[in-house]
Amino acid sequence: MRNKFSLFATDYGMLFVLLLLGAFFSGMTIARQNPTGAEAGRQLAKQILSQAGSQRHVFIAASASPDDKDFAAQLERTLQDAGVQVLATVAGGPPDVRQALDKAIAAKETIDVIATTQTAANWKLLAELGTRMPSLAKTRIVVPQSYWWPNFLKRDNLSNVAAQSAIFAIVGIGMTMVIITAGIDLSVGSLVALSAVTVALCLRDLCGGFEATVWGMVFSSLAAVAVCGLAGWCTGLLVTGFGIAPFIVTLAMMSVARGAAKILTDGQNVYQVPKSFSLFAMGRPLGIPNAVILMILLYVLAHIVMTRTTLGRYLYAVGGNREAARLSGVPVAWVLIFAYTLCGALAGLGGVIQASKLTSGSPLYGTMYELYVIAAVVVGGTSLAGGEGKILNTLIGALIIAVIGNGMNLMKFRDFTQEVVMGLLIIGAVLIDVLRRRGWKILPTN
Amino acid sequence: MMRGIYKSFPGVQALENVDFDLRAGEVHALLGENGAGKSTLIKILGGAHQPDVGQIFIAGKDIHIHSPGDALRAGIAAIYQEFNLVPTLSARENIFLGQESTTLGFIRRREELRQAEALLERVGVEIDPDIPCNQLSIAQQQVVEIAKALSLDAKILIMDEPSATLTPQEVDHLFEVIRDLQQQRISIIYISHRLPEIFQIADRITVLRDGQHVATKETTDVTRDTLIEMMVGRRLEHEFPHRDVTPGETRLAVTNLCRGNAVRGVSFSVGQGEVLGITGLVGAGRTEMARLIFSADEPAEGEIVLDGQRLKIHNPRDAIRAGICLLTEDRKSQGLILKQSVVENFGLPNLDHFARLAFVNQAQEQESLDKYVRILRIKLANSRQLVANLSGGNQQKVVLAKWLERNCEVVIFDEPTRGIDVGAKYEIYQLMNALAVAGKAIIMISSELPEILGMSDRILVMHEGRVTGEITDVEKATQEQIMHLAVA
Repeated sequence: MRNKFSLFATDYGMLFVLLLLGAFFSGMTIARQNPTGAEAGRQLAKQILSQAGSQRHVFIAASASPDDKDFAAQLERTLQDAGVQVLATVAGGPPDVRQALDKAIAAKETIDVIATTQTAANWKLLAELGTRMPSLAKTRIVVPQSYWWPNFLKRDNLSNVAAQSAIFAIVGIGMTMVIITAGIDLSVGSLVALSAVTVALCLRDLCGGFEATVWGMVFSSLAAVAVCGLAGWCTGLLVTGFGIAPFIVTLAMMSVARGAAKILTDGQNVYQVPKSFSLFAMGRPLGIPNAVILMILLYVLAHIVMTRTTLGRYLYAVGGNREAARLSGVPVAWVLIFAYTLCGALAGLGGVIQASKLTSGSPLYGTMYELYVIAAVVVGGTSLAGGEGKILNTLIGALIIAVIGNGMNLMKFRDFTQEVVMGLLIIGAVLIDVLRRRGWKILPTN
Repeated sequence: MMRGIYKSFPGVQALENVDFDLRAGEVHALLGENGAGKSTLIKILGGAHQPDVGQIFIAGKDIHIHSPGDALRAGIAAIYQEFNLVPTLSARENIFLGQESTTLGFIRRREELRQAEALLERVGVEIDPDIPCNQLSIAQQQVVEIAKALSLDAKILIMDEPSATLTPQEVDHLFEVIRDLQQQRISIIYISHRLPEIFQIADRITVLRDGQHVATKETTDVTRDTLIEMMVGRRLEHEFPHRDVTPGETRLAVTNLCRGNAVRGVSFSVGQGEVLGITGLVGAGRTEMARLIFSADEPAEGEIVLDGQRLKIHNPRDAIRAGICLLTEDRKSQGLILKQSVVENFGLPNLDHFARLAFVNQAQEQESLDKYVRILRIKLANSRQLVANLSGGNQQKVVLAKWLERNCEVVIFDEPTRGIDVGAKYEIYQLMNALAVAGKAIIMISSELPEILGMSDRILVMHEGRVTGEITDVEKATQEQIMHLAVA
């Protein structure tokens, strides 16, 4: 039993850390939540129905803000579906509401309930309804109830965290593979920029800018991924063909790609991109952002490749002992070229997601991303010495990094503090890994 | 000196109530099969492990050794197979590493040089102390290690397989050094699998088996056979199993194989079911020649013909596809991936057999491995175990298993029994015989002349990249005859 637990703890200890962090930030960000928009509409409808049944006449008042309009529309729809008579629905300023109320009184309607939002309920008209419109003194005013819930665990926030981690996590797949082969790729951050710039330029110059079609977007995205894949391929060739250290080759590639992105755009942002392009990453036909779905799919695929296929075995073997792998007939050069090409292409995909998220391309995107991605891989327990590591742990590593960033934002820490914490996190993760390998002995016996 | 030592590792009782004593100025050989507990014992002495139970006395004083530093302070120095030298530093710098002689933080170079020369003179060799260690031969590096131990004022010197990588002359010289040290009342614990050496150098012999102390005897009181019996715990009929195969027609023929100065125009052929022994001194080009056939470093100049077909081999992958496999001399750095499990190591060259559409059929792979675990009697906890945690003999068997599964037509063994105990050696010889019976062509490179003489159908002797002699009548050949050809 203990054995099984310790196996699990060493394999997925970081999952535990992730859950702890989640719990911590949940505890620290509990706050009074005021529902808004459609959600508030649904909640209030439920409340009215449970208190009053369907025999009441309801008057809906809301301000003209988009959230309140959603609220009013949703509430009206839900109540009518339940058979409640909605006398009028007003989304506007106090004068509009007053006018509508006067009209209802004039028509001799009974108004049992005025359903409104927190904001509108604070208007003088509604707050002092009994004195201002004595005929409505008996009318009850209902508003959506507030409740206590961690800001961190709000649905919007969680999907925001997931979307934030998606880019690091996707680039992290390629990085994990490269690191498992005992290499490193420092160029991914620059490739994210090159890719974002490429996709934006293709859309602007080749596919009609704001008017680009879906096919134009697909073409531009593929072109961007291909450009970055090509860059990765070059890295792989230099590493294998000439035996230059990956650190040096990718350091050079990092500079080349960033510079190329700046040359292509003259150092400017490219924003002539159709609004609908943002749907590629941020659309949520299945309830969660597409980028997150893409991330999950890629991880399932990568996990299968690493654990079940010949290619996965070869990647581990090349990192574990390149010479022994070569003498066992492993096509070492091809395996390495594959790893770097894939890493480049996935960095390209990350750039496309970034461009989609921000509906623009800038040569400054992805600055320092290589470090965040390497951090995600290392926090996930993959050894920089190569030959060891689990792809799914990189996902957990990326989530940890995103959760810490997001949690600290919610707790209103400044960026500077976040950088310090991120650095400490990396040291902590590596420390845990080293200690684990050593059997939890603090100091070596010498 | 060591009394009632117990040591266990997860799942293994490595040492059980072992006593060991060492007299001043004696050479005490420690013998045993791999996994018998020799390494654990000397690691306890050297401070790398702590005993679970037991005491260590030096000159009657109870000593506690918790770290290599403690061991050094107690006058115990160990020279392992993998030297503890920094290759890019000079002999002098290595000798004084960690105990530099300084004035105000500046190294007193001249003083060190004087001491280093004195130390090297004490061990009776002439090495320029300012030459980087990576330019010294293995034997010279060993001497530097010994000098380093002397500089630490060691009274007890542990030598783990010191002769494994030396040529016969170098071994002779090593023995002179050891006898010199004996004169200086330094005690030596000598670990080796080479029994003739032990008879030559050791005063007493202690045999361990399965973590237990079997016997401690004066060398003059034992014979080779009784020693083997004590080590193995059973009688070995012969050291080399009999083979009943008449070599058939030529399968592999190489002509005029060349690579720089290392291999200069080597030609030979191996027949069906034949074991061709290739020997020579270290540096004679035997390993280089084997790697050339396998294209391990670069494609060979010259011609390689297998079963009448000329092969075009550009890399190891081609060689394996063509049906040639190479069991490298250094299994830890070239034969195995130590970070990986037994089953992953086993599967690596055979994934094309086990894979369907790039997906590895792990059940089939496991089944196949289980078969070899049975045939080769590999001792494993389970197949997911890291191969690094196996004993040398079992590691070699894993290497064998992975290539047997490949079913190659030409099998090149490079030092197949280096660092392997007697029992496992015998099993590996049997396996070689089985391959011969199956009609494979076998090349066995070895420095151990008894092995060459005992196993080969035909012997090639190499010297400085050339074949200097061929012995076809192995029955009548002698070690002296081979040595004459080897030093040509």
